Amino acid sequence: MRPLRSLLAGVFAPAALAATLLATPAMAQEEIQLPHQKWSFNGIFGTFDLAAAQRGFQVYSNVCSNCHSLQMLHYRDLSGIGLNADQIKAIAANVTVPSGTDDQGNPKDGPATPASQFKSPFANEKAARAANNGALPPDLSLIVNAREGGPDYIYGILTGFSQPPAGFKMQDGMNYNKVFPGHQIGMPQPLQDGTVEYSDGTSTSLDQESHDVVTFLAWAANP
Amino acid sequence: MAGLTKSEFANPVINWIDTRLPIFTMMQKEYGVFPTPKNFNYFWNFGALAMVNLVIMIITGIFLAMNYQPNTELAFNSVQHIMRDVNYGWLIRYVHQNGASMFFIVTYIHIFRGLYYGSYKAPRELLWMLGVVILLLMMATAFMGYVLPWGQMSYWGATVITNLFSAFPYVGPKIVTLLWGGFSVDNPTLNRFFALHYLLPFVLVGVIFLHIAALHITGSNNPLGIDVKSPQDTLPFHPYYTIKDSVGICVFLIVFSALEFFAPNYLGDPYNFIPANPLQTPADIVPEWYFLPYYAILRSVPNKLLGVCMMFGSLLVMFVLPWLDTSRVRSARFRPIYRQLIWVWVASVIALGVCGAHKPEGIWVVLSRVCTLYYFLHYLVILPILGKLERPLPLPESISQPVLGGRGGGPLPGSAPAKPMEKA
Repeated sequence: MRPLRSLLAGVFAPAALAATLLATPAMAQEEIQLPHQKWSFNGIFGTFDLAAAQRGFQVYSNVCSNCHSLQMLHYRDLSGIGLNADQIKAIAANVTVPSGTDDQGNPKDGPATPASQFKSPFANEKAARAANNGALPPDLSLIVNAREGGPDYIYGILTGFSQPPAGFKMQDGMNYNKVFPGHQIGMPQPLQDGTVEYSDGTSTSLDQESHDVVTFLAWAANP
Repeated sequence: MAGLTKSEFANPVINWIDTRLPIFTMMQKEYGVFPTPKNFNYFWNFGALAMVNLVIMIITGIFLAMNYQPNTELAFNSVQHIMRDVNYGWLIRYVHQNGASMFFIVTYIHIFRGLYYGSYKAPRELLWMLGVVILLLMMATAFMGYVLPWGQMSYWGATVITNLFSAFPYVGPKIVTLLWGGFSVDNPTLNRFFALHYLLPFVLVGVIFLHIAALHITGSNNPLGIDVKSPQDTLPFHPYYTIKDSVGICVFLIVFSALEFFAPNYLGDPYNFIPANPLQTPADIVPEWYFLPYYAILRSVPNKLLGVCMMFGSLLVMFVLPWLDTSRVRSARFRPIYRQLIWVWVASVIALGVCGAHKPEGIWVVLSRVCTLYYFLHYLVILPILGKLERPLPLPESISQPVLGGRGGGPLPGSAPAKPMEKA
């Protein structure tokens, strides 16, 4: 039985080695600590907090939508955050989108309907870059799924703006962000305390606004 | 009347069909009374699970194909269209996406079962080799399927994997152009991958048919690895193993549902939620988890051609495994040294998978080299030599004996308790 036992040790030694190695990679790189938030949609019984998502939609419409598109969504999808058909119609009717051609065959604009896609702020990528110092504001439809860390990352970006530490060299037109890889982000700080005004009396601190808009975007990515 | 089958079915309609086309007799023989060793453990469920999984993949895949657009401009958005607008599209797509992972989990366990209990040994060599063909086809299918959503990781994964062929001298670049249908991964590539991704599962069905046909000639191996000696060693497949497989299928579906409904994107990569962009390479290009061990083998070799050969070799070596393992004893249960080394092999494959997920720097390079070395040593050196040196434990006389007489052996007790099974 003795050779058996030494062989057993031979099995467990590499396994133990692998286990310790598994624990180390985090230390190897410069790891950015994401602020961990409590999200209504996490966990087995998690559901989207619809009131927060509606407030988040307000933040998106008032602030983010000036630069960021949300192409994968249609206005009708907003029923998913608890808006009723009339509210959705009213929201869509305020937006002007291309709507086919007139009798002469010229393209014409008209009010959007619930079936319309969310209107993008820029006609195309070049226009977006030209208006934003060469940086392309990414489409936000899937942003929560498309980043390592998901909602915590987006929240971290929104709340991570600060003055660069002494000695940190910034490029022209860039902004310092604790969470962004490389710490230089093209987007200026979009949200501050009181940027929007909530009709339901919820506090409009930066934390609250960020939390709401991330809830909305998390819903938008996984409706 | 010459050539007509004499059917034993009482129902006149079934009898009429069966006389002319004896499918009912065949099913009865192959899945009804088919004599199956009576000592199977739950590892023997995984073949049936893989079959169920394949059926799930084909059905969901057909419905996805009805809504998917194999065009570089439309593919990414059409997948999102499926997720958002198609009725239950999210369900179908997540089942298909996670079904691929489940398929590999189930198949890898199935393969481990074969390795542990020596199911590849005579007379089941051909059965095993067909299994390796199935694995290769599965990998090709899964790889092409991953390209279809046309996200960043799809695009760059396709670029990296197809570029592997460029390592071969002279013909390499030509092969790659042929695979791409152009000079980079582009619309023609997506189109042909879609066509092949639809085709290969049906090829898979054909090979699986042969795999099962070969199984029904040799009969199943069993945890003791000894041959069936008498009808007392077997049970009819139905109802004994249809029920046992059903239990396994329930557990499988519970695990599948947990993954599917609570963490559908857990095994995916965030980068694949970004549409493919040929001008922007992601920082890390990582394949799906089930390819990570092979990816680690590929990267553990500093020479590209050698790395590619090692990666393909790590799969192809399985074809000759029945002749590399010189031990006559099948089950690891009676091979004291092999029984432990097989776990070293498993540990090295898992460690390779972990290495594949990390950037090839520092300790990961060393670890992946050590594991790659062991992987090949295990097959090419240890197995041939071990079969000659190892002294196996005494085998039981029959499958019934350890059950009826305890593991200590001794003469068979009265055969009365086993009598009812002699019907089989």
